[in-house]
Amino acid sequence: MNSSWIAPVARVGRTAIGTAAAFGRFASFLSSTTRALSDAGTWARVLAMHMARLGVESLPIALFIAAFTGIVLSLQASYTITGMIPLYFVGVLVGKTMILELGPVLTGLALAGRVGANIAAEIGTMRVTEQIDALETLGYNPYAYLVVPRVIAGILMFPIVVAFANAVGIAGGWVSAINLLDMSTHEFVRGLRLFFDPFDVEFSLIKAASFGFAVSMIGCYYGFNTIGGAQAVGRSTTQAVVVSSMLILVLDAFWAVVLL
Amino acid sequence: MSIRLHDVHKAFGSRVILDGISLEVADGETVAIIGYSGSGKSVLLKSIVRLLEIDSGQVIVDGLDVAALERDQLYELRRRVGYVFQFAALFDSMTVEENVAMGLRRVRGMSEDEIHARVEDSLRMVDMSGFNDRLPGQLSGGQRKRVGLARAIATRPGYLLYDEPTTGLDPVTTSMIDELILRMANELSVSGIVVTHDMKSAYRVADRIAMLYKGRIRMVGTPEEVQQSSDPVVKGFVEGRPDLVNEAEA
Repeated sequence: MNSSWIAPVARVGRTAIGTAAAFGRFASFLSSTTRALSDAGTWARVLAMHMARLGVESLPIALFIAAFTGIVLSLQASYTITGMIPLYFVGVLVGKTMILELGPVLTGLALAGRVGANIAAEIGTMRVTEQIDALETLGYNPYAYLVVPRVIAGILMFPIVVAFANAVGIAGGWVSAINLLDMSTHEFVRGLRLFFDPFDVEFSLIKAASFGFAVSMIGCYYGFNTIGGAQAVGRSTTQAVVVSSMLILVLDAFWAVVLL
Repeated sequence: MSIRLHDVHKAFGSRVILDGISLEVADGETVAIIGYSGSGKSVLLKSIVRLLEIDSGQVIVDGLDVAALERDQLYELRRRVGYVFQFAALFDSMTVEENVAMGLRRVRGMSEDEIHARVEDSLRMVDMSGFNDRLPGQLSGGQRKRVGLARAIATRPGYLLYDEPTTGLDPVTTSMIDELILRMANELSVSGIVVTHDMKSAYRVADRIAMLYKGRIRMVGTPEEVQQSSDPVVKGFVEGRPDLVNEAEA
């Protein structure tokens, strides 16, 4: 009997079941995390520490990226519009692009690497060395102690880091504009204010908060579900970074569709 | 105050690990569970505090059906059961003092001074006084296990579960850990379950020994009864003679 058609069908079936199971596991993880929100006595005690680690310690890399992005944006804008559009449009492009797109997305991607990897590796190591089991035996809800404070810290601190990144990016653009282009501060600021809408900032911060949620939640999820040893921790870390980076891009498109 | 397991079953996929385990640990008694690697000893221990969910059967601790407990009730029960992990499972970002204090911070009404005093007392009981500010990475294997034990006894539990407490330790440190297990039983009057491969330790610390084999309890008896057992599987294991086990299986 020729059964060559069975193998691909079985493969599709297995993939479908695997995907459904993965969604189920994530939904269950999300539900346990939501329930753990009520255990404020546990997560509130470590929230400030996570906010400092996740936010303050991420500032240098975020600001470094933003500063150079602003410089390049300014120069590329000038290169693109020279001779066709007034030069003060450099300010428009730098401001709009940094606030609406590059500030949140580049910061989000950088933090997916730094914060997401850190969370997945830390919790993954705790899982394989039975530290999460130890927490349970000491009467702690591990979702309340490990996941909730990290996710809240992500939601609160990503927008702050992005706000600084936006400001530094624009400052970088301004510095390069007045030093490397034939522009004055007045012209740059004029361009910056020309199409400025306060909603742009709201949009940027909403995106950043959603990125913070995605990065911290995905990092915790992969860390929590690590099974095995050091190799498994490495695999979880990589998966956390890849998935949260992809999710950032999906959320970026989602917010553009929904809010703009 | 007892632990009762009744017809406990647990499988991972098609692999049956526990196949109808029934066992009782009486008040103040220490039972050692012995068996081959992978025979389900640690699974059994984790099932007692529901770190793993059993498939069927009953685990009764302090008169409570562990599987039926709500999450809050389960955490409440776990605070009455100390668990000593195979590799200590100390929180590596915390000092020894912070590790030992972790469980105490869940106890309502304890002041910082009281917590500190209890940490000192627990560390003294395991001969680790003065190590408060060290990080786990700065301790030897034996010291880590002793801190793990201090953390487990800090809340003064009624039960202590030891998961291979002497694995990987030198004979002198092994003897010290055995001594500590006996001290915990005598000074704190706790009921204990010790999962171990080490027959010398089992004979020394246990009131009774249960051998787990192929998912079932093969034998339960006093150390003397186990030593004198004529069952080739038990005899082969305790004397380290695989030929006897192979013959019995053939």
